[in-house]
Amino acid sequence: MSELFTETAIVATLAAMLRLAMPLLLAGLGEMYGQRSGVLNLGVEGVMLLGGFFAYWTTLSTDSPWLGLLAGLAVGLIMGLLNGVISVTLQAQQGISGIGVFLFGLGLSDLLFQKIVGTPRLIDPLAQIEIPLLSRIPVIGDFAFNQRSIVYIAFLLVPLSMWALNKTTFGLNIRAVGENPAAADSLGVSVARTRYATLAIGGVLAGAAGAGLVLTTGSFQQNFTAGLGFIAIALVYFGAWRPIGVMLGALLFGFIQALVFQLKALELIPVSQQDLYNMAPALITILALVAVSQRFQAPTALTKPFSRGG
Amino acid sequence: MRMAKGWRLLALLGALALVAGACGGDDDGDDGGAFRIAIVAPSASNDLAFSQSIVDAVNAIQAEMGADAIEIAITDGTFVVEDAAANMRGYADDGYDLVIGHGSQYGSFLPEIAEDFPDTAFAWGTASDTFGLDNVSAYTAAADEGAYVQGIMAAALSTSGKIGVVGPVDVGDAALYVQGFVNGAESGGADVAVAFTGDFGNTTLAAEAANAHVANGADVMTGTAQMVVGAVGVAEQQGVLWFGTQSNQTSLADSIVVSSQVYKWEVVLSDLVEQIKDGNLGGQTYEINLANGGLVIEYNDAYNLPADVRQAGDDAVAGIIDGSMSTGL
Amino acid sequence: MTSRTSASGRLQRTLIPVIAVVAALALGAIMLLALGANPLTGYWAMIKGAFGSGNGLIETALKATPLMLVGVGITIAFRANVINIGGEGQMILGAIFTTGLVLLLPDMSGFILIPLVILAGLLGGALWGAIPGALKAYFGVSEILSTIMLNLVAAQLMNYLLRGPFIDPNSNELGAIPQTERLSEGADLPILIGSRLHAGPLIAILAAIAAYVLLWRTTAGYRLRAVGLNPDAARYGGMPVKRSIVLALTFSGALAGLAGALLVFGSESHRFVTDGSAAGFTGSAGFNGIVTALFGALHPLWTIPSSFLFGGLLVGANSLQRAVQVPQALIVALNGLVVVFVVSSDWIRQRLGLVEAHQPEGNDDEVEAVEVVP
Repeated sequence: MSELFTETAIVATLAAMLRLAMPLLLAGLGEMYGQRSGVLNLGVEGVMLLGGFFAYWTTLSTDSPWLGLLAGLAVGLIMGLLNGVISVTLQAQQGISGIGVFLFGLGLSDLLFQKIVGTPRLIDPLAQIEIPLLSRIPVIGDFAFNQRSIVYIAFLLVPLSMWALNKTTFGLNIRAVGENPAAADSLGVSVARTRYATLAIGGVLAGAAGAGLVLTTGSFQQNFTAGLGFIAIALVYFGAWRPIGVMLGALLFGFIQALVFQLKALELIPVSQQDLYNMAPALITILALVAVSQRFQAPTALTKPFSRGG
Repeated sequence: MRMAKGWRLLALLGALALVAGACGGDDDGDDGGAFRIAIVAPSASNDLAFSQSIVDAVNAIQAEMGADAIEIAITDGTFVVEDAAANMRGYADDGYDLVIGHGSQYGSFLPEIAEDFPDTAFAWGTASDTFGLDNVSAYTAAADEGAYVQGIMAAALSTSGKIGVVGPVDVGDAALYVQGFVNGAESGGADVAVAFTGDFGNTTLAAEAANAHVANGADVMTGTAQMVVGAVGVAEQQGVLWFGTQSNQTSLADSIVVSSQVYKWEVVLSDLVEQIKDGNLGGQTYEINLANGGLVIEYNDAYNLPADVRQAGDDAVAGIIDGSMSTGL
Repeated sequence: MTSRTSASGRLQRTLIPVIAVVAALALGAIMLLALGANPLTGYWAMIKGAFGSGNGLIETALKATPLMLVGVGITIAFRANVINIGGEGQMILGAIFTTGLVLLLPDMSGFILIPLVILAGLLGGALWGAIPGALKAYFGVSEILSTIMLNLVAAQLMNYLLRGPFIDPNSNELGAIPQTERLSEGADLPILIGSRLHAGPLIAILAAIAAYVLLWRTTAGYRLRAVGLNPDAARYGGMPVKRSIVLALTFSGALAGLAGALLVFGSESHRFVTDGSAAGFTGSAGFNGIVTALFGALHPLWTIPSSFLFGGLLVGANSLQRAVQVPQALIVALNGLVVVFVVSSDWIRQRLGLVEAHQPEGNDDEVEAVEVVP
């Protein structure tokens, strides 16, 4: 076990934790906005896949990962708005329509990849950025301040989201619409417009999560998210609809995943038992929540479509 | 009232079925002498890994025999085992001459289907069991052979003495390749760590497995299954050498790929096709290996491989072929 | 309440989702054209494949079986206002329990073994449903979180067992396939017609009827729906809210578990086999069951035709792919489009006053039951 407590192993594990938390945090924060306004979106994974594909393809064609990221955000925005049409205007069952969006994204991203790109190729990832001064702090600087830009962006969105939700009129509207849409409506807050806005944010962030993955590994493969979008949704509940909570959930999940990889690489887990250890991130996330035993209420209007006088 | 709606819907479907049934069932005639091959494969046909290897092989046979002589149908992405069964049954029903189930998990249902279609030839792999049926062939790859060779070269190229392997799930062809590689590398004195991600498609997990290996000093890596493109990405970014398998992975990252063990299923498939044309629908097991040229170590010309390592690789290939060297499996 | 709508209204009500499916397929036709495939050939193959022959109908019925069971389970959970996204994991646990049992009792005769198989499947799924139920009721852990996480756990547990304790003892050690041996013939589901149609679809339909009886003809079912409608009022009325939540997820999981068991013993291979992923075994029925449940307006009996339709769509899509040789990915995308279009079309039905918004409230049967039970 002592191999695990060397500086290299610790830095590697914590750096991997931040990388693994990045997509969960981005997609989770996006999902949180929607849910705070009363819309459950199970389609996150599909948006991640589409955002990821367009980020990959744009980077492949332009050699610019930043343009790629932008493409991922744009596709996310479009999918977010479409989701608004489906969930808000057409008032579709949110759980089920999300599954449709997921399947659509899963199929289309793969189809486009096969038809436009053909065989897998690697792209330039987003560059690793050393933050001046901070990166020189021992250990912490090595893992926290020597990451790709998308990781910094993801974590900066946490305080930004706290501010937006709690200190701005927009945030107040979101919460009002999520708790009591009829009351918000009578006070002149447009429920539809607010929900469109949160779904757009959710789409952009899911697109960013997919793009972030592709622009970290430098590769695309069919279904490369493999369930991350659903985990991100779960983490919104873990985080009790609060940005800090979502971040803690993402960090916990990422940490356990990173730790298991480190144990495998150090040959501390026998090959025959690796499947059992692969359960750890999910199990520990549940247990952690039981241990904390928090009782935050979900937004009252979650999953309920709103129509005037209805 | 609610029930009424249900029955009406069913009646509608029933009517639809009758119409469809009445109009169908007259075609499917065998036109011309084209030999019709259908492939059912678990991942995308251009995954640069397992599924692509069989698609490339059938295309190679078509190129050799002529586009008119061979007709090809592909159903890829069929990771759901029961769906694979339905598709293979469907192709058999459509009158294909040879239906290939390209996944060892597909063998579970094959006997049932093969018995229902005694005039259709089936092949599946990687596997060695024909279930005693004379219309089933099995094909397998001695993946450990090329893996062992690449393991020896990996050990010779590693300066840190540490090598990382990224695998999906410890089963089938992947398990064979990984174990062969580990044995080869350990015979060369290297320390090999294996991380299975538990998933065939998740490139992020593959990348993180690779990152963990690199952090622990690995300077040479290998891996198998379609998600390894994520690991190859990490290897390229970190300047770590990579050995590929199943398809030639040089095109992914020509600065770090040393060589790939490439599957040439056409070596056995062309024989299989000839047999079927002669009326022998199966009953045989085929193996591709280094000796019959079904497995080939393809080197990356852009990578400057030291002559002595190349020599060690060539010696190992020769040794395995003449039996003087064993992969230990 | 809707029962007094006119005949033409009822026709429209049935027609609108059908039109939505057609609209989605029209969009799919554009995609097919873009890929150089003939949409007419493709869709003809689709209809023929799903409904156009005896074999097609049998395939459709078999495909519908897990969808129906999971869908009915989802309906029960939904009625108690619990969202069960854990169908995948519950199916796997049902399969694990039942496979374990049959491996332990290989020589038992079918008369005893088949009921045991059904029971073990129910039990495994029930366990994997009761856990998130209890976590929600007594620890405040959202069922969405726990069911998603338990899906991941179940998949890895399945991989571990299929590579280890459950593995086919006849397979050679290296390169072994993660599958059991051919399971005891005594546990094969009885064949009803031909060589393929086993008792699975019948069991699923019986389960749907049983769920209907449970929800609308028993006190437990009444409580469960009351909790779903208004937990505060139910609590005030002295109903065991927490127990009802656990019960709902337990029933829901049990049916998914049965789906998993039938998938193993009704499979072509009569083995428990996967490619290493959850969907490789379940065929994503744990998710698609949510779709059939909502297509069925969250009514257990409605889930029956809804599952046949959706199952037919999946079977037909395979035929379409084979006929026009497009990548399988297109089929997945098309599947998603159909789902999105049909759920979105519900709005039009509501606008036309043809049906109220579903969700537990606003259902005519509901009102009736509330009046019946004191």
